[in-house]
Formats: sequence, C-alpha cells, structure tokens
Amino acid sequence: MAVSHCFSRAASAFTAVLLFSFGCVAASHIEDQAEQFFRSGHTNNWAVLVCTSRFWFNYRHVANTLSVYRSVKRLGIPDSHIVLMLADDMACNPRNPKPATVFSHKNMELNVYGDDVEVDYRSYEVTVENFLRVLTGRIPPSTPRSKRLLSDDRSNILIYMTGHGGNGFLKFQDSEEITNIELADAFEQMWQKRRYNELLFIIDTCQGASMYERFYSPNIMALASSQVGEDSLSHQPDPAIGVHLMDRYTFYVLEFLEEINPASQTNMNDLFQVCPKSLCVSTPGHRTDLFQRDPKNVLITDFFGSVRKVEITTETINLQQDSEIMESSYKEDQMDEELMEPLKYAEQLPVAQIIHQHFEDSFPLCSALHSF
Amino acid sequence: MGLLSDPVRRRALARLVLRLNAPLWALPVAWLERTMRSVGLEVYTQSFSRKLPFPDETHERYMVSGTNVYGILRAPRAASTESLVLTVPCGSDSTNSQAVGLLLALAAHFRGQIYWAKDIIFLVTEYDLLGTEAWLEAYHDVNVTGMQSSPLQGRAGAIQAAVALELSSDMVTSLDVAVEGLNGQLPNLDLLNLFQTFCQKGGLLCTLQGKLQPQDWTSLDGPLQGLQMLLLMVLRQASGRPHGSHGLFLRYRVEALTLRGINSFRQYKYDLVAVGKALEGMFRKLNHLLERLHQSFFLYLLPALSRFVSIGLYMPAAGFLLLVLGLKALELWMQLHEAGVGLEEPRGSPGPSAQGVGLASLVAPLLISQAMGLALYVLPVLGQHVAAQHFPVAEAEAVVLTLLAIYAAGLALPHNTHRVVSTQAPDRGWMALKLVALIYLALQLGCIALTNFSLGFLLAATMVPTAALAKPHGSRTLYAALLVLTSPAATLFGSLFLWRELQEAPLSLAEGWQLFLAALAQGVLEHHTYGALLFPLLSLGLYPCWLLFWNVLFWK
Repeated sequence: MAVSHCFSRAASAFTAVLLFSFGCVAASHIEDQAEQFFRSGHTNNWAVLVCTSRFWFNYRHVANTLSVYRSVKRLGIPDSHIVLMLADDMACNPRNPKPATVFSHKNMELNVYGDDVEVDYRSYEVTVENFLRVLTGRIPPSTPRSKRLLSDDRSNILIYMTGHGGNGFLKFQDSEEITNIELADAFEQMWQKRRYNELLFIIDTCQGASMYERFYSPNIMALASSQVGEDSLSHQPDPAIGVHLMDRYTFYVLEFLEEINPASQTNMNDLFQVCPKSLCVSTPGHRTDLFQRDPKNVLITDFFGSVRKVEITTETINLQQDSEIMESSYKEDQMDEELMEPLKYAEQLPVAQIIHQHFEDSFPLCSALHSF
Repeated sequence: MGLLSDPVRRRALARLVLRLNAPLWALPVAWLERTMRSVGLEVYTQSFSRKLPFPDETHERYMVSGTNVYGILRAPRAASTESLVLTVPCGSDSTNSQAVGLLLALAAHFRGQIYWAKDIIFLVTEYDLLGTEAWLEAYHDVNVTGMQSSPLQGRAGAIQAAVALELSSDMVTSLDVAVEGLNGQLPNLDLLNLFQTFCQKGGLLCTLQGKLQPQDWTSLDGPLQGLQMLLLMVLRQASGRPHGSHGLFLRYRVEALTLRGINSFRQYKYDLVAVGKALEGMFRKLNHLLERLHQSFFLYLLPALSRFVSIGLYMPAAGFLLLVLGLKALELWMQLHEAGVGLEEPRGSPGPSAQGVGLASLVAPLLISQAMGLALYVLPVLGQHVAAQHFPVAEAEAVVLTLLAIYAAGLALPHNTHRVVSTQAPDRGWMALKLVALIYLALQLGCIALTNFSLGFLLAATMVPTAALAKPHGSRTLYAALLVLTSPAATLFGSLFLWRELQEAPLSLAEGWQLFLAALAQGVLEHHTYGALLFPLLSLGLYPCWLLFWNVLFWK
C-alpha cells in the first residue's frame, strides 16, 4: 500500500514535471509567436497613389494608378487611408466610348474604375505643392480629412507615382515638375516628423530610377520601372478605345498583385522579379540599402494590404517584461535625444526650442511630453 | 417670213433661250436638308451672292448666287467649343454627287457613336470654292473678299481641322491628296502624315501630285521621281491658287486637306467603304486632339508622301540667289562712288548738282514704271466693257487681251521715257537706276520668298541672272531677248509648259497659248474673288521692277 502510494506520488510528480516543462516550452513558443506578431513594427497602412498626367492619350497613367488602387483596396486598405490623386478624368471624358469605365486589359476584360472609386485630389488639384503638402502634413486647416495623410510613426506607407518623367524629374500636368531632390527632402521631412515607419516607393515613368537615387532617409524601399536612360513602354492599345491602356511595368505588377490575398506570405523579392527585361523591354530597378529589414522578410501585404493580425491562442502571455524593456528603451531614446539635441540643431534654426517654448507657454501640461 | 414668224417656232425658240439662260445645274437644297435631318444632324442653309469682276467661261454671268447646306453633328457629352469639318464642294462642272453620298453615309455612321468630343460639320457648298469662301467668311464673321453672304444661324465652335472630298465615281483606284492652298499656304504636316498613316493601314493606293510614290530610293529612279514631284509642288504652290476647298480654310488657320478619288485604269479598285474607313479613322484621330495641330512643320516641300524638305534646308537657296542681287548692287554702289569721287575733283561746285540731276533722272523712270504696273492692275477689269464694245470679243477675252496689250506697251517705254526726261546725267545714270532696281527687286523677292517660297524662288531663279547682267553696253538684242524671256509673263508661260511636261501630258504651242490665256483670266478672277496675291504681286510689284531693268537696257 505504501509502495503504490509512493508510486502514484512519483508518477504525479513526474507528470507535473513533464507538464511544467511542456508549459515552459509552450510559453516560450507563445512568446516567440508574440515576438513575430510585432515583427514588422507597423500598426497601420496608408497609400498615396498619384497620377500626374492629363489628356486623353495619357489614359494609361490613370489606368495604372487605378489598378494599384484596386489592388490596395482589395487587400484591405480602406478609402480613409488612401490618398488618390488623378490628374484627369478618363472615365467621363467625352472621348471614352465606354463611359464610366477605365480598362486595364484590352478587350475590356478588367474595369479598374469599379463602382466605388474615391478620388481625393482630382484634375487641377494634383500639383507638386499639394503632393508635397500631403506628404509632409503641412496642410491648411480647412482641408477635409479625406485629403490628408494622417500617418504616424507606426504607419507603413505605399507611394505610387506614374506619369511622364525624365532624368531626375517627374512632370505634373504639363506645367510643372518635381525633382528627385525635392522628393528626397520631402521624405526626410516625413522621417524627422515621424510620419512613417517604413515607406515603399514605386514609380512607373521613363527613367524612373533617377527619382530614387537621392533618397537619404532610413526605412525606404524603392522600385522603378526603368533605369536612367531607358524609357518605360506602354502595353497594348485597344482598338475600340483607341489608346494604350496600361504601361507594361504596372500591367505585370497588377497581374502579380491579383494573385495576392491578405494571407499571402509572398515577399518583396518576388516583387523585384516582376517584369523582367524580356517582358518589359526596360530594366526595372530597386533600391533597398536604406531599408533595415531584409526584403525577403518583408511581406507584400506589409505595404499593399492592411492585414489585421489575429492569432487565436489559449495560452496567456505575460508581456510585463516586454513593457519594461519598452519603457527602458523609451527612456534610452529620450536620453539619446536629449544628448543629441544640442548637437543636432546647432547650425539650424532652433525649431525644437521654439516649439518647446510655444508648448510651454500655451499648454503647460504638455511640457512633460517630449516634443518632436 | 422667217424663223420667228411661226408662233410655234417662236415659242420653242423662247423656251430654248430660257433654258440656256437658266443654270445648268443647281444644288438640290431641299432634298439635302431633308436627308441630313433624317440622319439626325442639325441642318442649316446659307445663301450667298457675288458679283464677279468679269464673267468667265464657266460662269457666263456677272452675278453668281447660290446656297450652301450644312449639318452639325453635336458632340454628345462635350460642350460645343471645337469642331471638325467634312466638306464636299459641288459645282456645275464637277457635281461631286458620289462624295455627297459618302458624306451622308458617314454622317449616319458618326451619329451612332458616342465618342465625339468635337462637333462635326458636314458642309455641301454650291459653286465649289465660291460657296466655301462665303461659308467661311460668314462662320468667322469677316468680309475679306466682298462676298455677300447671309449670316450663319448654326455654329459649332472653333474649327480645328477640315477635310474636303472630291469623288468622280463610286469606285476609285487611288486617292490623291492636295495640300497647296491659297497664296501657297500649307497645312500642318501632321495632317498629311495622318492621311498617309490611314492609307497604309487601309491598304489604299495614295498619290501625291497624281503620281505614285517612288519605291526605290537607292538607285537614281527614286530621287528623280522625287525631284519631279518636288517641282510639281513648287509650281502649284507658286501659282497661289487654292487647289481645292482646303486652300480657303488655311487662311483662317484651319488645317485642311483635299482628297480626290481618281478612277483610272488600274486592276485593283476600292469601293467607297474603303475610302469611308480612311475618313472615319482620320476623324477619330482628329477627335482625340486636345490642341490645334502645331507640333509639325508648317513650311515644307514634299518630294514624296512620306518625305519632306523643311524650310531650314530650302530657304538658303533663295537666300543665295538674293545675295547675287545684293552683291551686284554693292558693286554698282562702289563704281558710282568712285566715279562720283573721280568727277568731283575737276568740278568743284557743279558736283552736287550733277548728283542732284542723277536722282531726278531716276524718279521719272520709277514713276512711269509704277504707273504702268498700276495700269496693268486696274485697266483690264475697268476697261472690259469699252474693249468689248469696240472689239468683237467677250468680256473675259477683253480682260486678258488688255492685259497683254498693256504688258507689251511697257516694252516700248524706254524709247519714250527719254523724251520726258532731259538727260543731263552722264552715262552713270543707268548705274544708279540699276542699283535702285536691284535693291527693289531684292526686297520684293525677299518678301515674296518669306510668304510663298516657291513663288519667290521661281521668280528669283528666272529674274536674278538677267537682272544682274542687264546693262546698256554690249549686245543689246541678246540681252533684250534674255530679259523678255525671263519677264514675269514669260516665266508664267514657261512654267505652264514645265508643269504639263512633268505631268506627262506635254502641250503644243497652240494649246500652251490657250492655257496661258486661261491662266491669266483665272489669275485676275481669283484675285478678285478669293484674294489671291499672284496677280497684284506680278503687276504692281515685279512688272514695274522688270520695266526698270528694261529701261536700263535701253539707256541712251
């Protein structure tokens, strides 16, 4: 009797040990999963899609932008998080033999205009100034919410631009241009104002690679449809509509994106392979040196979709230590910035001090918050 | 007893005379209106009338009056700010009824499409170009030629481009395109390229100047054919006639072409569906335009449909010719200066008076030559009735013969000028006159070459050598013959022969003379009806200048 008692006790102890070890392993597995859960570092997605050319024969640029809009919406980014800028109205152009449609494939297979397009900047509102104001957030207070890029430091932003361009510039509406230096400076402003976590910049114009040559802010990945000195070519014309419907690069990007669904694990390296020279005639290029993560770890849906990460688990996870780590890292950042502040702004206008003083004067409660 | 004593015969004769007086052919206005309305266009008519300066053979009357009919196809979704025109000029000598049929068919087809962003005007004019001019003047609300046209009730915005169509039969073997317009104006080259693109796409045979396109550019054949076509274009542009309705549109800066369907002896024929497809394609492309055609050249010469010579390449040729005149004038100036200096030394005070007399002796020939030119311009039309009364000729013939008479009278001048002016000038007087004449000629030819290069070049090529060489010494008869051969009238005569030679239909001398007289009449008529500038330029500008050289040659 005493032996069986001992045996049962030993057995229960053994099972308890086993369960405990399993629990430990499981707990660490959950914690790994939790680590992965916050891997990408972004919590919301935005898209800024710009078509810069007007006139009926630039139908393909509007079709390009609308194809990307369609994919981005389908993968989950809502209209409230998309700033769509179209420089001309192709669907309702009197020359359109199929009014209220914009086709991307010939024989009118795919209507990218759809039923619920929401254009934020239309026609003559698409200017360089408006574009830069959208990016940097320096917008007059009367601007409606749908025309603002209300991103924060945990936003992944997709910026897609198409139109006519050249070596170092992109033409807006036949009357003005934006240079690659201006664009790079705008992105730097966005970085300093912490308006993005990571940025994906895609451009489909002639000599598109020149537009991303000058970027110098961190966390930017860029793709272009052609190298400097090459022209991006258009895809097939449609005989019924009478114009070229799409540009080659975006046509093949659209085909690639049609395969993606919100659960896809396809990564950026696959996007870099889209449209090789045999199909595109021009050589697409990309730039990843400013990006901190490895492109093969970056999912397409990190930028093109707005994926709500949901993991069902029956385990409980203790995030206490993580929050401590986060707070300590936060304090470190604070100290770093406090140390760096006088060094950073030595030669420049002491913007931080001015803002800080302003805040102190008007909102004494906010002086504890760190201004940016 | 005679023809008119029998009342039956009298009535028959009266009816015959009445029928002869009535127009042989008139536009079926009511039918056109009805048909266009049934197709779905907004139809309007416009009446016009014109008093011709003299009745020529085709019109046989002073007063020409007619009606234009036009229908407007409104763009379904655009404001009517711009328009395109398809025009079919109808006249008694070329009824162009097949083209009217094609126009109506195209109108019916276009009406069913929704992609028009510009209005399309389908215009049928009476009396060919007179009706077109009346319509254009009323459309743009101007009056440059003295036409009386009723104001237009329907309008469609600024005209961006126009195509004129002339078909002689319902099967065509080739389509000929005419670009030269009034006073040598040309449409934008893009319009011609558009036509050529659709020719190639539709597999149509398209010709320029009535000749096939040269295929072989590597051997000598191609360039020679190209040269022929180039010369034909130069001759047509120099004549300054509107070679089709399109020529009148160009004045209002509306790019326009004339397409002529030619039915000749070829194996492969196209029906009107093929022509209609080409026209539809052209109109659809023009519909896509957002601005006026301005990207391509406005001044060019065409050796073939797919090749052109731009102004930067051909203008230096005229420049070099005029340089000859300039250098000759400089030489004369130097000679005059030397002779003047040489003479001043022995004579003290009479020096300036000698030069003063020299200038005075110049004024008289200048004034007299200019007066002859004025007479040449004004008298033929003014004096046609007087001439018709005294001589058994019709008014048109009277005009032409008066023209020739005054021209020839000018040749007799130098022998009389010297009686008017007391020539105290030494024999350097002719140098001064020649200097003035050279500068005058250079100025005129320069101005002409800028606006109508072909005319300027043609006149320069003929007149410059003899003008530079004219002097009273040496073999007078030889120089006189040369000068007469290169006078403006002789240039016109010669170019007619050259033109027909290039078209492979050479003229005999008698035919050439008849054609020459007809050309003179046409020149005067077109100046009065459309404002063509060849007649005034030659009579008021170049003829007096040429007379000055004639004076120099016969200087005593």
